[in-house]
Amino acid sequence: MNLTLKVWRQKNNKEYGRLETYAIGDISPDMSFLEMLDVLNEDLTRKGTEPIAFDHDCREGICGMCSLYINGRAHGPKQGTTTCQLHMRSFKDGDTIVIEPWRARAFPVLRDLVVDRGAFDRIMQRGGFVSVDTGSAPDANIIPIPHPVAEKAMDAAACIGCGACVAACKNASAMLFVSAKVSQLALLPQGQVERKARVEKMVAQMDKEGFGNCSNTGACSAECPKEISVENIARMNREYFSAKVTGDQ
Amino acid sequence: MILDSKIPAGPISEKWSKHKFNLKLVNPANKRKFEVIVVGSGLAGASAAASLAELGYKVKCYCFQDSPRRAHSIAAQGGINAAKNYPNDGDSVYRLFYDTIKGGDYRAREGNVHRLAEVSVNIIDQCVAQGVPFAREYGGHLDNRSFGGAQVSRTFYSRGMTGQQLLLGAYSALSRQIGLGNVQMFTRTEMLDVVMVDGQARGIITRNLVTGAIERHAAHAVCLATGGYGNVFYLSTNARGSNVTAAWRAHKKGALFANPCFTQIHPTCIPVSGDHQSKLTLMSESLRNDGRVWVPKAKGDQRRPEDIPEDERDYYLERIYPSFGNLVPRDVASRNAKQMCDDGRGVGASGLAVYLDFGDAIKRLGESVVKQKYGNLFDMYKQITGENPYKTPMRMYPAVHYTMGGLWVDYNLMTTVPGLYALGESNFSDHGANRLGASALMQGLADGYFVIPYTIGDYLASANIKSIKTDHPAFGEAEGQVRDRINKLLSINGKLTVKEIHQKLGKIMWDYCGMARSEEGLLKAKGMIRDLRNQFWTNVNVLGSGEELNQSLEHAGRLADFLELGELMVDDALSRNESCGGHFRTEYQTEENEALRDDENFCYVAAWEYTGDNAPENLHKEPLVFENVKLSQRSYK
Repeated sequence: MNLTLKVWRQKNNKEYGRLETYAIGDISPDMSFLEMLDVLNEDLTRKGTEPIAFDHDCREGICGMCSLYINGRAHGPKQGTTTCQLHMRSFKDGDTIVIEPWRARAFPVLRDLVVDRGAFDRIMQRGGFVSVDTGSAPDANIIPIPHPVAEKAMDAAACIGCGACVAACKNASAMLFVSAKVSQLALLPQGQVERKARVEKMVAQMDKEGFGNCSNTGACSAECPKEISVENIARMNREYFSAKVTGDQ
Repeated sequence: MILDSKIPAGPISEKWSKHKFNLKLVNPANKRKFEVIVVGSGLAGASAAASLAELGYKVKCYCFQDSPRRAHSIAAQGGINAAKNYPNDGDSVYRLFYDTIKGGDYRAREGNVHRLAEVSVNIIDQCVAQGVPFAREYGGHLDNRSFGGAQVSRTFYSRGMTGQQLLLGAYSALSRQIGLGNVQMFTRTEMLDVVMVDGQARGIITRNLVTGAIERHAAHAVCLATGGYGNVFYLSTNARGSNVTAAWRAHKKGALFANPCFTQIHPTCIPVSGDHQSKLTLMSESLRNDGRVWVPKAKGDQRRPEDIPEDERDYYLERIYPSFGNLVPRDVASRNAKQMCDDGRGVGASGLAVYLDFGDAIKRLGESVVKQKYGNLFDMYKQITGENPYKTPMRMYPAVHYTMGGLWVDYNLMTTVPGLYALGESNFSDHGANRLGASALMQGLADGYFVIPYTIGDYLASANIKSIKTDHPAFGEAEGQVRDRINKLLSINGKLTVKEIHQKLGKIMWDYCGMARSEEGLLKAKGMIRDLRNQFWTNVNVLGSGEELNQSLEHAGRLADFLELGELMVDDALSRNESCGGHFRTEYQTEENEALRDDENFCYVAAWEYTGDNAPENLHKEPLVFENVKLSQRSYK
């Protein structure tokens, strides 16, 4: 396959960026999208041009490190897929592909296609946990959890924290990400003690980080590589409202 | 040098309890006076950082990724072992201990492994309390499945994403401590050297991967939880960023490196599709619970799998190993797959694959049950290969997955450098020559949650650790070396890219120090690695500067260390004139092509001491003492 790539290049978070055009040939349909970028980077290096920086690590769709806005879609054209699991067979010979970083105020660009998603960690640090010190846990089977509840919690817990939801949202809202964790812990018995404080603290931090509001378009869920449901957002709204009305904080 | 493993005397089941009692304690008010560095934020690192902070120590934690949640522990699929015996099928701490020692082909320490089995039960409790959504039965209790090398069901799991859920559990505990101000977290920060003061590990030198700033960090003790070195093979199931640099830098500062040639080749990975391949994707061992492994009986059979009738298929694992069948340990499964392919009976375009067939399981259980159990794995397979495994068998080939070798540690997880600890995959201690499935998660969390919180206190309470700051000359010296090295990498301006040199190294390692090794091949590899290392240092091309985000520079630094490690792996494989577990020397095999151990001469841990650049390393031997398990030829028949 021969392709034309328009790739966002930006030296650092202080300078302006721009789209650069590169032609690339001899691409196998069995390559992953990131392997295609590896090929381009090898070409660029040999020509003395600095390679394109992009985040990636596990390359099997689970670490959440890879990102990329491809032809206007987070993680590219395929449903339920991270960029590292997107293969070139999803494109046609002669295609022009536009590759940009996540765009959101809360995710500043660090270089080229690499952004800073530290805001997600800071939200988690406010309440995305059960406060249980090592060694203080009772036997694991002491509290039975109904199968459907465990499954629902697992559905929410599958979030990989990649930030596609924020990138896909016209308001750059982080509601899907935050609600996935709030839901997981609100559903499980272990999360009950801190249930109200958790949602309030996490939402407060989310707002502080500069993410936008949710206007229920559902783009986040549609573009989520793990297909996290918007049901979680509804649940978080309920949790938040309940905490505000009846909470003790 | 005498290697003292510090395994306490006494009956195996009392060693750890007794040892815990004998360890010195740091009183609660004094804990906040001690600073501990934890490098790495995977299962071992995150659990250690969180647990130490909960105790009151001041912790600094480092990861090269953009968030501690990305560490490669996240990719573990199948599960975590624990001797809970919930299924009432005969499991016990002793059985888990025994299976692990046997699975490791009798090259692990009894004391460490028994402790691992003991604390395995606490791990599950801890994770459930954190809100880890393990799979459950309809009655609400935890579900178990079976894994290779065991005849009981002791594996806890969260769909095919167990590593992710356990890591997010540890990450949540770590996040809590960061939020409380007890852990200072440094993301996108790579450790490039250990700083030694008066013979003790007292800090590290790091590079900020965004700004390129070289920074000094001091502490009273340093824990490395930096994972394995499978990427020395270039193609492996490891994340692309996984590297040996932290462990290798520690090695060069005096920490012995143990059993470097013990590499696990995982039997079920998606085969290589071309030169562009950047990594290999593993398909969980749990698939072997229901999938049947086969190749055509006839050589060079080019028919589609569905066109090959039942009686022309060779379900070779079931045939050769009737009692364990498809669930033989990984080294055995991998070696048999290689043998089938070498025999000309491999399948797929390259002939380097065997089938893993779910046809029978789908008939027996129905597609929906199979989907519930393995859905995400099937989806992943389909995405990568474009084939539908519900309709046609998966094609599988072994790939480098885990490294049993690592920094030598004693029972307290301390390396040969005082104050320097190694946890999880970065140490060598628990898996011998072959790791059983679902045991890596167990070991990472055991080390971090339940071992290091006890053992580090003993050192901090008893070692005479002086108060120092980062203006100590030792920091200046280490920083200078780090800067020189970076400048050197940037100034070579040669013609070869980092990636192509890494690919060449990988091919050498895979061909000569992979699934089968011979003296002749290893000697050849040694020369090739030296040549390649020379090419690297004279002809590599790293663009850009050190004062910015520069991924080529990061890769080059890691490759430089792999180029040294590779040679040590070859030396280790050469010196071990026996076959055991994942180390298969073609000269040493039984008539049935099984690994032939030599317990008389090689029942030891090979611990290597760095003696200088390009100088041969010194071999130290720690004899392995078996007081409980009788050494025998492993049989899974």
